[in-house]
This record gives sequence, C-alpha cells and structure tokens, in this order.
Amino acid sequence: MSGRFDLRRIALAVAAPVLAILFAMLVTSVVLIVSGNDPIVAYVTMFEQLGKPRIQVNILNSATTYYLSAVAVAVGFRMNLFNIGVDGQYRLAAMLAAAFAGTVTLPPVLHVGLTIVVAMMVGAFWAGIAGILRTTRGVSEVISTIMLNFIATGVVAYLLTPGRLAVTTQGSNNIGTAPIPPSGQVPGLSIIPGTTNLVFGLIILAIVIGIAYWFLMGRTRFGFDLRAAGASEPAAVASGVDVKRMIVYAMLLSGAVAGLVGMPQLLGSSYSYGLDFPTGLGFTGIAIALLGRNSPVGIAFAALLWSFLDNSSNSLEFEGVPKQAVLIMQGVIVLSVVIAYEIVRRYRIRIVARDVGRRLAAATSDKEVVA
Amino acid sequence: MANSDVNLVVQRGTVHAIVGENGAGKSTLMKTLYGMHRPDSGTVRIDGKAAVLTSPSDAIERGVGMVHQHFQLADNLTVLENVVLGSEPRKGVRLDFPEARRRILEISDRYGLDARPDVLVEELGVGERQRVEILKVLYRGARTLILDEPTAVLVPQEVDELFDALRELKSEGLAIIFISHKLDEVLKVADEITVIRRGSTVATVLPGEVTSRELAELMVGSELPTAETRESTVTDVAELTVSDLSLVDRTGRTLLDDVSFTIHRGEVLGIAGVEGNGQAELVESLMGMRHVSAGTVRLGEIDVTDWSTRRRREGGMAYIAEDRIRHGLLLESPLWENRMLGHQTVPPNSKGALLDIRGAKRDTERIVTDYDVRTPSIDVLASALSGGNQQKLIVGREMSGDPTMLIASHPTRGVDVGAQAAIWDLLRDARAKGLAVLLISADLDELIGLSDSIKVILRGRLVADADPATVTPEQLGSAMTGAEGAA
Ligand SMILES: Nc1ncnc2c1ncn2[C@@H]1O[C@H](COP(=O)(O)OP(=O)(O)OP(=O)(O)O)[C@@H](O)[C@H]1O
Ligand SMILES: [Mg+2]
Repeated sequence: MSGRFDLRRIALAVAAPVLAILFAMLVTSVVLIVSGNDPIVAYVTMFEQLGKPRIQVNILNSATTYYLSAVAVAVGFRMNLFNIGVDGQYRLAAMLAAAFAGTVTLPPVLHVGLTIVVAMMVGAFWAGIAGILRTTRGVSEVISTIMLNFIATGVVAYLLTPGRLAVTTQGSNNIGTAPIPPSGQVPGLSIIPGTTNLVFGLIILAIVIGIAYWFLMGRTRFGFDLRAAGASEPAAVASGVDVKRMIVYAMLLSGAVAGLVGMPQLLGSSYSYGLDFPTGLGFTGIAIALLGRNSPVGIAFAALLWSFLDNSSNSLEFEGVPKQAVLIMQGVIVLSVVIAYEIVRRYRIRIVARDVGRRLAAATSDKEVVA
Repeated sequence: MANSDVNLVVQRGTVHAIVGENGAGKSTLMKTLYGMHRPDSGTVRIDGKAAVLTSPSDAIERGVGMVHQHFQLADNLTVLENVVLGSEPRKGVRLDFPEARRRILEISDRYGLDARPDVLVEELGVGERQRVEILKVLYRGARTLILDEPTAVLVPQEVDELFDALRELKSEGLAIIFISHKLDEVLKVADEITVIRRGSTVATVLPGEVTSRELAELMVGSELPTAETRESTVTDVAELTVSDLSLVDRTGRTLLDDVSFTIHRGEVLGIAGVEGNGQAELVESLMGMRHVSAGTVRLGEIDVTDWSTRRRREGGMAYIAEDRIRHGLLLESPLWENRMLGHQTVPPNSKGALLDIRGAKRDTERIVTDYDVRTPSIDVLASALSGGNQQKLIVGREMSGDPTMLIASHPTRGVDVGAQAAIWDLLRDARAKGLAVLLISADLDELIGLSDSIKVILRGRLVADADPATVTPEQLGSAMTGAEGAA
C-alpha cells in the first residue's frame, strides 16, 4: 500500500512539469500554424539537434551556468525571498573576480580557488545589502534587488574602462579585464566524443553545489530553520527561529551562489570579463528555479531542458521557422508550470487527507475482525 | 473512507449537535454538506429538495454556511472587508461599502454579535473572531448554519453570548449544526444530538434523555474524566519568576501592566481571563517572542529576560501555542518534521549542526503511540490529521525532552473527552516529577481541576487570586469580567 502511495507521489511531482511542457507545445504549435509554419517540422528539427555532439556540449555548458543561477534563486525561494538580483550579483562578481584573477600570480589550483572565493564574496555582499535593507528598513527585497541590478550595471560600466580595470584587446574594439593566465584557467573536459569542443570543467562545481544545496536544506538545522521560515513565519518564530537573521543569511547564501554563475564561462572559456560577457542569466535562473520547483534534481532537469531549447532554436532558422517560437514555448512553460504546481499542491493535500481517512478506517476494521 | 452510512436530519428552527471522538469524521462530514467534498454515494436534501453541492458557492447559494474549526479570516483585512470578501456589494462596478456596513451592523445588532467593522482582524481575540465568522456566514444569507467547534476557546460568558445568538437564529427558523467536545454545552444548547463513530452515525438522542456521562460512553466507549488534581506536589523551589513585567505596543497601548508571579517546581499556575485580556501577550513575552518594555523573567536562578526564544526552549521551556495552525505546525510538512519544530536544535532531532532524521522519526512513532495520535503513518502531512489529533501531536512534542517549564495555552483545545483525560494525566505525572506549568484555558473546569493556584487577568493586569480548592466556575467567571466581590 505504501509502495503504491509512493508511486503516486512521484507521479504527482512529475505531473505538473510534464503537463506544463505539453501545454506549452500545444500553444506554440497553434502559434506556428497560425503564422503559416509546420510545427512538426519545427519539433523534428529541434530534436535532431540532440544528436549532434557540438550541440550536446553547448547544452551541457549552458545548463551548467543556468543550474548555478537557478540554485541561487531557489535558496531565496525556499524562504519566500525573491532574489531578482542574481543578475546583478553574478555580473559584478564575475567582473571583479576576473580583474582579480587577471592581476594576481598564484599557483594553479590556488589561483582558481581564490578567484571563486572572490566571486562568491562579491555576490554575497551585493545580495547582503538587500538582506540588510529588508531587516533594518523593511524594504522589500524585490524592489531593492531590482535597484541593485541597475547599480551593478553602472558600477560594471564604470570600472570596465581602460585605465581602471579594463584593457583593450588587441585587434578588436572589445574591452575587457586583463586576460587570466593559464594558472587561473579551468581546463575543459572532453566527455562528449565526436567533437573538439569541450565541456566546462566547472560542471563539477555545479554538481557539487547541487549536492551541497540538497544537504544544507534537507540535512542540517540551518536548512530546517530556513524551510520552516519559508513554510510559516509565525510557526518558525514560535519554534525559536530568528527570522530576521535567517533573511540575511539566506540572501548572503543566495548571493554567494549567484557569484558562481559567471565562473564556468570566465574560467573555462573567455578568460576575461568583456563587454560581450553573457548577461541576463539571473532571470533565466528564476524561470528554471520555478520550473524545477526549488529541488536540486528538478532544477537540473529544468536547466537541461531550458538549455536544449536555447541551443536548438538556431536550427529553426534554417527551416524558415522564426526562432522566437522557442521564447513563446519557454514563456508558456513557466506560466503554466506555476499554475500546475499550485493545482497539484492542493490536490495533494486533499488526496493525502483522504488516504489517511481510508487507511485509518481499514486499520480499525481489521482490528475488529481480529478481536 | 472518512464517512459511511451517515443519516442525519436537521429540522428547521433547531440546533442539532454532532459529537464524536477525534478523527471520527465530523469535520469531513460537514465539509461534504458544505460542498467541499462530493459524497461517493447518498444524497443531501435541503428543504426536501435533493441538492448536488459541488462547491462551497453552491452550498452558499442554497443557504448553507459554515464556520470552520480553524478560522479562515484574513488577518490584515478589517472586519468589514473580511465579511464582504467573496460577496462584495456592488453599485454599478463600484464597491458599495456604506451599504455593506449598514447590513453588517443590522445583522450584528439583531443577534448581539457586537461587530466592529473597521477593526483589523489581527487585533481581535478568538471570541470576536468567532462572531465575525458567524457574521460573515449570515451576511451571505445562510439559512443552515454549520459551526465546527465554535466554543473550543471561548470562556463561559462568551459561550453564553454565542448561545443567546444561536437561540435568536433558531427562533427565526434557521437550522444550526453544532459540533463540540464539551458535552455539558451540547446538552444545554442542542435540541437533538447525533453521535458519530468512525465515520458513521451511531445514534441520535434527545438531550433530556441522556447525561453527559452516557453521551461520552456512546462516543468513545469510555468514562467521562474529571480534571481533579489529587495531592499537591508544589515545592518551594521557584522555577519561573516574573517581576513587574510590562508590555507596551507600538501605538503606546499597554498590553501587560506590572505582571508579577512565581511558579514553583511541581506547581500549576492557572491564568483565568476572558480572551484578549493579555494572555497571548503574556505567553509570547515569556517565550521571548515579544520584547517586554519593563520587568524581568527568571528561569530558576537565571535572568532570561534577554534570551531569544530558541535559548529559552533549549533552557527547558516548552510551549503549547493557543493557535496550533499558526504557531504550532507546518501544515504541509510530514508529522516527523513537525516533531522537530521547536526542538530542532536538540536530540533526538539533531546532533550538532546536522539533523538526526532517523532519531526524529523514531521519536515521532513514540509520540503517536503514547498520545494516541490517530494516523496511519508519520509520513503524512500534518494537514491530513483531524484537529484533535494535531493537538495531541503538539502536546506530545512539547512534553518530550523533559521540559522544566511548560507554557500551555488551551492544551486540550479540540481534543475529545478520552484524549483530554489522557493529557490531564500526563500533565499531572509531569507535575509530580517537578514540572512547572503556566496554564491558560477557557475551560474553567480544566483550569480549576488542574491548577494549584489561579490568578485572574483583566486588561493586562493580574487583578485577583483564586483558590482552586474552593472557587466555583461561576465565581471565577464573574471575577474574569471584573465583577466585584468575587474570588
Ligand atoms: N475526502 C476525504 N475522504 C476520506 N477521508 C478524509 C477525507 N478528508 C479527510 N479525511 C480523513 O478523515 C479523518 C477524520 O477527520 P475529521 O477532521 O473529519 O475528524 P473530526 O471528527 O472533525 O475530529 P476532531 O474532533 O479532531 O476535529 C481524518 O483522518 C482525515 O484525514
Ligand atoms: Mg474536526
């Protein structure tokens, strides 16, 4: 009986995202048909991309970055904090860490390690501002992190000029921080055969962070306090949780993880923070955290899916299908998954209550037969 | 199956009481009548016409209204807003609040509900919240009123006021279904009583035909307990010493005024008072959830006035909160996580910074057995348990780890007579072993029966002492409202 119940629990957990994806495909198909495209062709083209080694590498690489970003967001979500500022946090962190790594001379492993620490500290600091504002001034972290994103953009632009932290790259009009020497670089992994493209070495970091996140939330007192505060603030307070302090800790932690978002790209591929460094990853992280429902495993699947959609969208152009179709699909997935999760949540509360009723009734009537 | 073979006929112009042990299926049955669940078989008839109710709004349309066991009001809205929520009065497209206010006051006057439309619900005590819930249902034109344990935290005067209102409603031809574990009340107010056992109706009796003792036997098959404390176990070692405690809120209102008392090891101090006279504030101050404006709190010899809630809990203070849903549980977490709540820093729930999940689960099993929490497993969500079973879990949790000081607000709120007796016994045993208890209860029999001494709280002040050996509930009741010459 409990086996069946567990199966149903898994089914319930998977139902919402699967339904959301199917629904999104449906909506996208309608849009494609209305705009005179063949949805079947579009989907087949996208799926064909999965077989290409080069695309596989790209999917893993983007997913690594997305995963870190989504975990950063999820840490906040777990206690009802909406850290919209992951975007500013990782850009500022990546820029300062790049400047640091490009200037210092250190032995190989230490060089990478310290760069990562710098990035985490910058991210934590930037997010911590929002935490402090919330606990001392009551400013909503939603507002403050949006503001901090703008400020981060300004600070990065200010510092990223020649004479400050930037140097001009020879033979191009791109400017960026001084290139990171080999001792500070993380070699790629050739785990996908059939291509010379390499997977970010820091994919390992993403996996470690995932495990650490799971452990922290599920196995430590700190994680329990954090989840309790997210589930019911009054109950957490009565249980002895200092909610204000937890808000600051959660923001610091979220920011520290956010600081890592730029690292795979910086230390594994571009070796310098330039004007062309990817932006907007923080917002992708919000979508993926929602889709993965803050679970370390769920986010991994969500990051891979998102990354697949992103990396296969270019192929649509060759078939004459506008690649914006993928954007529609991503948008619908997020909107519908939020609704689907809420429906499943309510359904689950009911179904568990009913199940308890049934099993109790069964248990008492068994006893009567025996007696 | 929570309910099967239920036969229930409620006449217009009567109060029909439903009694049964915790988890018998009373709330579930009422939710079915209110359209929240669909019955697998059987029919519901309203005014003789079969009615298929698929949602609460169906039920409301047919004049069925329900006040739930756990309040559903939004704290941050006013009484007026709460009442109209979901049936907003309109004038064209605009909300017509003056009209709503007029109707609210009219209903309130007619049934003596004393509504204050513009007060925020979070400022209301339980008694007044209860009346707002009823007002809300009447406002929507209910002709059949379902009240799920409306008296659980009301003191006798408030119960009487509620009953007056019910009689008024009854005389206007409304049908009222009333659930309660307090059998004396049931006998007093009901015209008919239906007993539910394991989801089925087992008997319908008239109040004149049975005693509360017989009723209890019908329900649980056990004797009605009495809250008698036998020999005194009070020692002369002070466990909790409160001196000149005052609490002023942000607007400058005095919530607690110069409160002083001492509780010794092995002593139960009862606080009697009408809800909203500072009990909640006193409890929250003692637990470190509020910062007091003046005064000190000592636990044993140690001044704990500046201690955090966590430190106090680790120092041996346990806490049964008045509102289990808000302060006592994580509804969407499994029982074993709820076992940890409030005790997450101590064994068996954690070792150092890490949780000890296996330890917590094992101890949850123990609580479920010892406290007779009716559940098929400790992995189910807390929301799936009936109200009384949730309460038993909380009591079990707070009594574990051998606390030295227990702050208990309505510890037997919503538990059936059998479980109530068991909890009383456990409290007495712990007291004999030296536990000091601060007891707040709306149930004056419980308060008098368990306490070694009683203090009366009125508008944030301790105004009188009463000797539980001699005081009667009536005397205590009048002292609570500030009548002179009592106690
Ligand atoms: N739809 C449903 N079908 C079957 N069982 C249910 C359903 N909903 C709830 N239950 C179960 O029915 C049981 C009875 O719960 P209920 O809340 O009705 O008890 P109660 O008589 O009100 O008890 P209490 O006095 O403690 O409030 C619970 O174990 C609950 O899990
Ligand atoms: Mg109930």
